[in-house]
Amino acid sequence: MSVQQLPVAASDLAQRQQALRTRYAAHFQPFYQGRLRAFSVALLSLVVFAYGVHSLDMSYARIVGGLVELGKMVLRMFPPHPGSGSLAVIYAYAMLETLAIALLGTLLAAIVAFPLGFLAARNTTLNRVVQFFARRSFDTLRGVDILIWALIWINVVGLGPFAGVLALFMSDLGSFGKLFSEAIEAADDKPVEGVVSTGGSSLSAVRFGILPQLLPVLLSQVLYAFESNTRSASIIGIVGAGGIGLILSEQIRTLELQQMAFVILLILATVSLIDFCCARIRFSIIGVRAL
Amino acid sequence: MNAPSHAGQAYAQAVAAKRRQVLLGLLVLGLCVLFAGRIAEISPSKFFANIGSFTSYFYRIAHLESGQWVISDPVEWFWGWKKWLALMGETLLMAYVGTVLGACAALVLCFLASKNMTQNTWVVFATRRLLEFSRTVPEIVFALIFVVAFSLGPLPGILALAIHTTGALGKLFAEVVENVDMKPVDGVLATGGNWLHKVRFAVLPQVASNFASYALLRFEINVRGAAVLGFVGAGGIGQTLLEVIRKFYYADVSALLVLIIATVMVIDAVTERMRHRLLGQERQA
Repeated sequence: MSVQQLPVAASDLAQRQQALRTRYAAHFQPFYQGRLRAFSVALLSLVVFAYGVHSLDMSYARIVGGLVELGKMVLRMFPPHPGSGSLAVIYAYAMLETLAIALLGTLLAAIVAFPLGFLAARNTTLNRVVQFFARRSFDTLRGVDILIWALIWINVVGLGPFAGVLALFMSDLGSFGKLFSEAIEAADDKPVEGVVSTGGSSLSAVRFGILPQLLPVLLSQVLYAFESNTRSASIIGIVGAGGIGLILSEQIRTLELQQMAFVILLILATVSLIDFCCARIRFSIIGVRAL
Repeated sequence: MNAPSHAGQAYAQAVAAKRRQVLLGLLVLGLCVLFAGRIAEISPSKFFANIGSFTSYFYRIAHLESGQWVISDPVEWFWGWKKWLALMGETLLMAYVGTVLGACAALVLCFLASKNMTQNTWVVFATRRLLEFSRTVPEIVFALIFVVAFSLGPLPGILALAIHTTGALGKLFAEVVENVDMKPVDGVLATGGNWLHKVRFAVLPQVASNFASYALLRFEINVRGAAVLGFVGAGGIGQTLLEVIRKFYYADVSALLVLIIATVMVIDAVTERMRHRLLGQERQA
């Protein structure tokens, strides 16, 4: 009986295999079929990479020689040392200046971006033309790097931290404008309808309908920006716009590596301290939910 | 009779307490601002005295030496377009090579930095700190150091971008890996697969599109970054830009800025489309 059944079962098996093959055709085709595009993309990116390595002069000898040199430099960075007590005071003051630049730049940008954000938001703007131009201006402001803004402001107000504040202000204005207007567009319009239905003006609709939803979001965005601006403010000194970056770039150029390592550690410690404080403030303002 | 007024009192108290808190916060902020203003040498008088030179700066970069508007004579405005386009190409290539190198390093490190793929907590801890260090130090600082070690040119810039990218992408990748569905991993383990099999057949298929999307986003950021690395001599268009700004070649400044902004916008648009397609694919699958 079982001998008779076997051929039947075998053909049944073949049939079921066939059915499986037709049903999951994609899984039974050879692995290269249908992946031609993926392969060509991979090949193309590899070719571009190889061209880049070749044309950008990344020769083996240069890389190895540089790594040896870098290794020597790293060894000479230890132990990090401020040099002398009076230098340590100078570094601390420069770090304080960096924080001051970050704070003022962020705050100024937030204050100016707040009304402009309403102009760039679809639901609160005056008209489409205003919205369009507001958006494009923000894009342009963001498209120019902070170091370029710093160079331009140095031409206007001279070397020093003030140029740094204005540079941070410009590039933050672009990002705040975008973020604020997006937050305004995402606001729930039911409270607005409520205010309008009780006879409120459009100004009170914004004040009592949108603002209460908006403020926690904006505050958390401003705090995030302050964190990242602390990092930015510590490098704009490289082009002469105040802060600790000037000291850092001088030390690298004069190869005072122990002091440089000290300054880098100082920056890292300050940045993580600021991150910690901002996280605490954010937590106390908006609670863990909105994080 | 008594209850509503009691509630009213409680409400008034609560509001007053909140107002006090807000006022206190504003007071502290105001003091900080005053202190910061002194340190950062803010002088409104200098600002208003010189604001004219800011607007006139934009007026000047919008005019050719002949006094005409730049757009009236694009050929004269972009007189150095061959050199500038080559430099912009170099900048893009730097960003690309840096992103690829950094993404490859991040691809290796992210599995070591995620708790579900690496049991040894010390390895996870050490990898995470390494990634944190490489993204916290700004890339231009790395570039400054590498310029000394590797001498001037695009190479130090690429390495700086690669290290920063490793740190930033490594963190994002590790977060994606920690959120994968562990059932395929168990399946591979059950059939006797080793660690590499786990990564290749259980994790990578789940995370590949997310990884690619993050890498594209990073490329976009690195294009902006590569454009200013030349400020410290690390290759790309930045060095030329620094020169024309410092030497007051006004029309050149605007030409280069327009070139950079336009390139960044094009790259943004292209990568955004690619990312939408990648994430769309994932949603279909």
